[in-house]
Amino acid sequence: MRQTGAAFHQQRVDSVKSSQVTVENVSKSFGDFSALKNASLTIAKGGFYSMLGPSGCGKTTLLRIIGGFETPTEGDVCFDGVSILPLPPNKRQVNTIFQNYALFPHLTVFENVAFPLRLKKIAAAEIKRAVQENLELVRMETESKKYPSQLSGGQKQRVAIARALINQPRVLLLDEPLSALDAKLRQHMLLELDAIHDKVGITFIYVTHDQAEALSVSDQVCVLNKGEIQQIGSPAEIYESPANEFVARFIGETNYIHGTIAAVTDNEHALFDSPDYGNFTIYLDKKVQQGSKVALTVRPEKIRVAPEKPDNLPPDVNVLHGVVEDMIYTGFQTKYFIRVSKDKEPLIVFRQHVQYFMDEKPISWKDKVCLWWNTKDSFMVEVSK
Amino acid sequence: MRKNYGPIYVGPVAFWLCAFLSVPLLITLSYSFLAKGLYGGVEPHFSLAAYRSLFNTAVLKVLLNTIIIAVLSTALMVGLALPTAYYIARSSQKNLLLMLIIIPFWTNFLIRIYAWITILGSNGLLNSFLMGVGLTDGPIQFLYNRGAIILVIVYTTIPFAIFPLYSTIEKFDFSLIEAAMDLGASKTKALWKIMIPNIRSGITTAVLFTFIPTFGNFAVPKLVGGTSSWMLGNLIERELNITRNWPLASSMSVVLTFVTMLAVLFFMRSQNKKEL
Ligand SMILES: Nc1ncnc2c1ncn2[C@@H]1O[C@H](COP(=O)(O)OP(=O)(O)OP(=O)(O)O)[C@@H](O)[C@H]1O
Ligand SMILES: [Mg+2]
Repeated sequence: MRQTGAAFHQQRVDSVKSSQVTVENVSKSFGDFSALKNASLTIAKGGFYSMLGPSGCGKTTLLRIIGGFETPTEGDVCFDGVSILPLPPNKRQVNTIFQNYALFPHLTVFENVAFPLRLKKIAAAEIKRAVQENLELVRMETESKKYPSQLSGGQKQRVAIARALINQPRVLLLDEPLSALDAKLRQHMLLELDAIHDKVGITFIYVTHDQAEALSVSDQVCVLNKGEIQQIGSPAEIYESPANEFVARFIGETNYIHGTIAAVTDNEHALFDSPDYGNFTIYLDKKVQQGSKVALTVRPEKIRVAPEKPDNLPPDVNVLHGVVEDMIYTGFQTKYFIRVSKDKEPLIVFRQHVQYFMDEKPISWKDKVCLWWNTKDSFMVEVSK
Repeated sequence: MRKNYGPIYVGPVAFWLCAFLSVPLLITLSYSFLAKGLYGGVEPHFSLAAYRSLFNTAVLKVLLNTIIIAVLSTALMVGLALPTAYYIARSSQKNLLLMLIIIPFWTNFLIRIYAWITILGSNGLLNSFLMGVGLTDGPIQFLYNRGAIILVIVYTTIPFAIFPLYSTIEKFDFSLIEAAMDLGASKTKALWKIMIPNIRSGITTAVLFTFIPTFGNFAVPKLVGGTSSWMLGNLIERELNITRNWPLASSMSVVLTFVTMLAVLFFMRSQNKKEL
């Protein structure tokens, strides 16, 4: 039986050599262009840390700085409190899985994995044992005689993992390792990566622009945009309480509503006035003054939709009415675009088909519908005076 | 049915090769087995005299000298071309640098050799300079030896090593070097262990493109070599034009072709084996 919980993980982490990584006020400029701006983050020993952001936001740059392939213009990078900036890449106890895997085409799978050990002039028998063990970890032991060109994408990726782990690095950097795989395989490899992380217990720094990947396996997620850190938090924090509009829009789909605080009704609630969607009650997750301009997000799956307003709605919900402008049926759910106000973006609503779809009261194009959500399900992302 | 145009496409090249390569080779081969005519040319009866006279220390010495020069020059050229090609491929000024290598080709081959004579000769630039600064009293003989031949051959032939190396290094994926460094290799080690094996086809081409013309070279040893540093090409020329022993000249050509082919085959075989 597998032990569960943080205690088990902690036990593992203490027994393996993994490092805490701290990035302190790192900036990087290429000429006039600044690719990273004053980035600071701490990555826990043995953690699975994701860096998430759109293309060109500086993820690879930060990874290359940690790996030793770029020098930061300013700032410091430490492993367990000791700066690693003076060390060349080959002296850092960190290995990288590159986006294109970077397997050596002239070497067999076995020799690719053995490469780091051959450099160290380790005895052949020991190399054989270690390579075998690592290939077994990624379940590639039967393919050891093949050349990289004879492998599938997923297999190449596994070899890259085995090769990166054989030096027993303290930190493993993964630069969009799954982006070359198809959706099904990506899911599968992601779970495998997670399993390998549990097994080896070292710190993983995982770069991706796919939010689903980042949310599903990480302990911590750092969202980057244009070289600046937007938010650092657990996947749930990032998703449920995005720090700003960028994060809200980048992570999942969301409805974004601008308005003013019309009145603070009690310690926890306020009346919100949106020029586009009308008045409703919001939950105060931050302290705001009456009259402040506020932006709210409401996730589409938090909004319920029905052809008519149900009679038994609880008191703490906001109700709106609109017209179905468009709908996309995707099997397990339907995505509705519902127009509430004339010249604003329609609200996005997901309706899960938890019962047999054909039995549900149908909602279709051009129908007038009722929307409602719990006041606690909206979230304030920006407050300005 | 699709018509097979293959023969039509190959036709011109096949004709060219037959007329200007196979036929002359066959003529050379057959001349080498005939008796020599009195004033040049051949007599139409079979004779092994030409091959017998090859086994003569003077000829063998020239053959040995040719092999030494060809091997040394090839090694030097590939050795020098490798870092040059690497530098060009990694530079942001690729086109300019490639241009600089091509420019000398705009000048006639012989003129470029004579340029070296004016540099290395007794009254040449180098000697004038050395005497001018007082390093030597009299002129030093730089010309008319094996060193001068190798120098000029390297100068004239090295582009044929640089270009194929450049084109393979240019295509080489340098993220592999980063990967190797990431895995613990120093930069030099990474280049040696990862880049070199992956640009092997370029190295093979560079070796062949420099070895073959060097082995058959006769203009360079004729102009900047002495009689003691003659190469096979010079002997062939002498037998053709001066001694007028055409069968001997032919048999030497056959040997030259044969040795070149052998070297090429041997080299390609060893390369192929490593690739498997
Ligand atoms: N060597 C360089 N010279 C100039 N600009 C660079 C260099 N490397 C990266 N950049 C710029 O820095 C920015 C960040 O690049 P980076 O590779 O870190 O993006 P990324 O977040 O990894 O994107 P992607 O998801 O597309 O891989 C980009 O705008 C890129 O153009
Ligand atoms: Mg990247």
